[in-house]
This record gives sequence, C-alpha cells and structure tokens, in this order.
Amino acid sequence: MSAPFLQVQDVVKDYGGNLAVDHVSLDINKGEIFALLGSSGCGKSTLLRMLAGLEKPTSGRILLDGRDLAGMPPYQRPMNMMFQSYALFPHLTVWDNIAFGPRREGLPKAEVGARVEAMLKLVQLEEYAKRKPHQLSGGQQQRVALARSLAKQPQLLLLDEPLGALDKKLREETQIELVNIIEQVGVTCVMVTHDQEEAMTMASRIAVMSEGRFLQVGAPAEIYEAPASRFVADFIGNVNLMDGRLDVDETDHCIIGSADCRHYVGHGITGTQGMRVTVALRPEKIHLSRSAPAESDFNAVEGTIKEMSYFGSFTVYQLKLDSGALFKVSQANTQRQRDDALTWGDRAWAHWSRSAHVVLTA
Amino acid sequence: MTTMRQHLRSLLSGRAAVIGMPYLWLLVFFLLPFLIVARISVSEMQNVTFKDLIVFKDGLLQLTLKFSTYQFIGDDALYIDTYLRSLKYAAVTTLFCLAIGYPFAYFMARAKTTVQPALLMLVMLPFWTSFLLRVYAWKGLLSEGGWVEQLIVGSGLGQLLFQAGLTETAGRLMNTPFSLVLGMTYTYLPFMVLPLYANLAKMDLRLLEAATDLGASAWVAFWTITVPLSKAGIIAGSMLVFIPCVGEFVIPELLGGPSTLMIGRVMWDEFFSNNDWPMAASLAVVMVLLVIVPLAIFNKYQAEAQEGQK
Repeated sequence: MSAPFLQVQDVVKDYGGNLAVDHVSLDINKGEIFALLGSSGCGKSTLLRMLAGLEKPTSGRILLDGRDLAGMPPYQRPMNMMFQSYALFPHLTVWDNIAFGPRREGLPKAEVGARVEAMLKLVQLEEYAKRKPHQLSGGQQQRVALARSLAKQPQLLLLDEPLGALDKKLREETQIELVNIIEQVGVTCVMVTHDQEEAMTMASRIAVMSEGRFLQVGAPAEIYEAPASRFVADFIGNVNLMDGRLDVDETDHCIIGSADCRHYVGHGITGTQGMRVTVALRPEKIHLSRSAPAESDFNAVEGTIKEMSYFGSFTVYQLKLDSGALFKVSQANTQRQRDDALTWGDRAWAHWSRSAHVVLTA
Repeated sequence: MTTMRQHLRSLLSGRAAVIGMPYLWLLVFFLLPFLIVARISVSEMQNVTFKDLIVFKDGLLQLTLKFSTYQFIGDDALYIDTYLRSLKYAAVTTLFCLAIGYPFAYFMARAKTTVQPALLMLVMLPFWTSFLLRVYAWKGLLSEGGWVEQLIVGSGLGQLLFQAGLTETAGRLMNTPFSLVLGMTYTYLPFMVLPLYANLAKMDLRLLEAATDLGASAWVAFWTITVPLSKAGIIAGSMLVFIPCVGEFVIPELLGGPSTLMIGRVMWDEFFSNNDWPMAASLAVVMVLLVIVPLAIFNKYQAEAQEGQK
C-alpha cells in the first residue's frame, strides 16, 4: 500500500503556553471522509485551519501526497475549505462566488464558465446563479458554499461544521446529499463537527478529540461499540457507566463486581484480579421487564422507574437503583399500545446479555 | 370625535415624534432656508429690499420672477469657470483624502482592539483646536522661511510641484493650488477616515480567509473583497469631503491664490462687495443643484444596487 494521502506528523499548536493541538499525528487515505469530532475548544478547528494554512503549526509536519506543506501559503495549497456559516461573499452573486476560485487560477473565461455551470448543476442551483447570498435560504447558501469550495477541484476538501447552521430536519437530509456529492466528485475530505450523529453518518473514520489530543481514531461503529476510554464512551451516545472491581478473569469470561450487580462478561480482559474497572452499557442493549429474569445472579438490576422520555420510535427509561444510581434503558416501541406498559413508579428489572458490556480500564 | 382624538394622540405618541423629528429638522434648517435663498434669487431689488413676488393690483394677480441672474451665470464664463474649478479642487481633495484616509482607516480597523480607541482619539484630536488656527498654522509652515516650505523647496520637491503645475514658481508654495489642496486635504481628512473606519471595522474577516483559501493573495483579496465591501464607507466619506469642499470659502481665502478662485469667494463678493443678493443667491442655488442632484441620482442608483445587502 502506498503512503497515506494526508499525513499529520506530531503537530503542535501552542497559543502562549496553552496547547490547542497537542502532539497530534494522523494518516488519511485518498477518498476518505474523515471527521474530527469534539466539543468546542478541543482543538479540532485549529487543526483544520492548520491544514488549510490559515494557522501555522508551532511544530510538526503536514504532508499532502508526500509533499511538505510548511511555508506554502493558503492561497497556493491544493485544498479548499467550506467555512462555518459559509463566509459567502455578500457583494457577489452565486455565480461570481463560485467563479471566485477558478478566476484566481487565471483560467480562460470559457473554462471558468464551464466549471461554474458544472458546479451549479452538481448542487442543483442552476436557477439561482444571479441571486445574491442574502436572497437564498440557509440550505441553498450551504450548497453555494460547497460548490464554491469544490470549484477549484481541490485535492482535499475541508469542512468546518458544514451543517451547523441548518435546522435538524434539513441537516439530516443534507448529510446524505453532501456525502453523495463528495463521493461523486471523489475528493478526500476532512470535516470538523461537534455533532456525533453528523460524524457517524457522514464519515468513514472519526477521530474523537479532547484538549488538543486524539482520544480514539476509528470507524464509527468501532468508536461506538468499542470505545477506548471512559471519556469516549460517555461522549459518543448514551451510556451507563458502572465502576467495579475485577473479581475473576479467565480466558473465556470475567466477572466484575459493582455496587448494584455482578457482571458476567463473555470474554477475558488483560488485567489483574482486584483492579478497578468501569463497565459501560449502552441503553439499547438492555432489556426491561416487570419480573426478574431467569438468571438474576448476573447482569441484572432492579429499580424504580423515575423518568420516561418518549421519542416516538423508542422510549428511554431512567431506573433508580437501590444504590441510588440512575440507569438508562432504551426500549423500541414495537407495538402501538400495550396494556401492561411500564410507567412511572413501577418496579422493573433491567437485564442484558454477556456480550453487551464494554470493560474500560482507562 | 373619539376617533379624531385617538388619531391625534397617536400622532403625538413617541413613534410619530421620533420619526417626525428628523423631518422637522430638515424642514426648518434646510428646506426653509433653501426656499428663502431661492426666493431671493428670483427677486427684484428695490433699493435695499426685495420686491414682493406676488402683487395684487388693479384686479390683477401678478407673479414676478426675475431669472436674469441665472441667465447671467450661464453667459459669463467667469461663473462657469469658477464652478468647474471648485468642482475640480473638491474632487482632487477628495481623491487625496481617500488615498491617505483609506490606508489610515484600514490599519486603524485592523489594529488591536485595545489601541483602537486611542487611534480614534488621535484622529479627532485636531478638532480640539480651532479650525481657523490650524489653517493659519499652515500659512506659517508654507510661507517663505516656514520649515515645511524649506523642506519641500530644499529637497527639490518644489521643482517637481512646479513641473506638475501645482505651483506658479519653483520656489513659492503659498497661495498656489498646492497649498489650497494641502489645506483642504488636511482639514477634511478626518471626515474621510471616520466613516471608512466604521465600515472597515465591522467587516467580517472570515471573508478574507475564504478569499485566501480560494487562491487570492492578500493584495487580490483586498481589491476583490475589502474594497467592494467598503463601498458604502468610501461613498459616505467622499460625500462628507466633496460637498463642503465645493463651497469652501475660508481655506481658499487663506491658503489659495489668484489662480484658485472658488465659488465660495465669488458668492462672498456678490453678497458683500456688490451687494447683489439675487445674484449671490442664484449662485448658491446653482451650486446646490450642481452638487445635490448628481449625488441624489448616484445615491438612488447605489441604494437600488445594494438593496437588501446587509
């Protein structure tokens, strides 16, 4: 396999003693859609801006296709960025906004025109070419911004919170549309987002960032189902975290004792007996019932329903356990009405299989 | 009856008052005086007073408008030349103010936010000294032996100015187009800087980043993004400089010379030397029309072009 398309090597960004990006390394392959995911201030935007050349790394190297980008000003880099809330030029029409990049390359007029027309077609805005940005809806502006950043046919597309300014419904539609366009063009893409759903739907790989570092890099399912740390488990999706102690550790199973129950985990872990561990359980992998499960020695807790949040397709129950801890269980609403439906104040059992756990030692 | 009262009350309410205030101001302090001047310009003199425009005599209602002054303005090259000269010097001054004021405002707007108030203060500081005093100071600096004069003439710049036709001789700076434009540029520079600064300071800098990202060097981004987006500031500043410059009287009087006769001076002469008020008033009316009408058309066009643009 050839060298990765984009290589970030031990990059640091130091803002007067405060490390916004702290020794980060990353390889991205050609054609990938890669997401930097983290809450605000985690350094993801700084990293993106360093790729674009809008910020200079304090140390470290960034290589694109084997070429070191250091010292290359942003206007010469073969990459384009779609800015957060778009930064469309308000005094130019949609057409001129998209033509801005190609014109800077000194292309002949006909070539610029052909590129713009192709871009307008790609984002389905042919009829809006003569409009100014303020005459467009949020979704249309987003598409103009995308067309503008693709018009130079960049080798690398950078997206800064590409859908942050859209409302939820539109965002979900646009996610798919955006991925389709990116794949159609075949451009390698690095996106920054704080929205985990957005990252998971759009990206082929995700890097979870916090305080300037990568906590975990992997495919969406990997990050969700096998989080590497407590932080990642907690940051991505809903999770029940239970602190416990490793009692038995065999090759084919281990037993972990925690305040509310004993966990029988269907695989061994590398650890010493008695070490502190955290068990992470996703709410949707837990079953809820009125009666105790057949085997209630392991992997089951009993509690009182404190809260119910109805989401239509599923309901999230919050069970108050005897230790006082709250335990989240999510149940799909597969039937329209149930006479024996659980409700506030009911006693209920939550139980799960021996493959549901993620045992975290970090 | 009640609806009438309600109507009256709503008229006197805060909303109407707030909207009405600027109109009232313009009416009392601009439109009314202008109408008085316009009336004088078409009046006939009777010793030291004006004849009535409308006379009712022998069952005849007579309206007498005397347009001979306007005819005279059109016929006499002195007036037309002076108008053109005034427009020319005002335009040159505006260009100089723009050339100096734009970079000035630009760096002010891009300076650290902590030093911006201090820079703004420096721009306005000259206003604390009387305008007349400052113009007189230039007289001293530019006349023979003044150190600006020594610097310019001594460095050979005087020769350059002479060749460019800005001074009458290589050695003398005072009472030339050079000293006039210098004085007007100096005086009106803050009126250019302030609107430009206000405009440039609120510009979204991410647009420049976007331009850079799309392949524009800093220089290209400046001309394709910054300048077009500051058009409103350029227009506002240029109008604030150009309009008063056309009718400027004091600076040409103190720093100008025989070759820089401007319309303000001619009006002064008509008013106070010739005591020909209708003539002077006509000159004033023509000047207002000359300046306001093209600007109004330009503004309307601009407003249409920028319609809705934040």
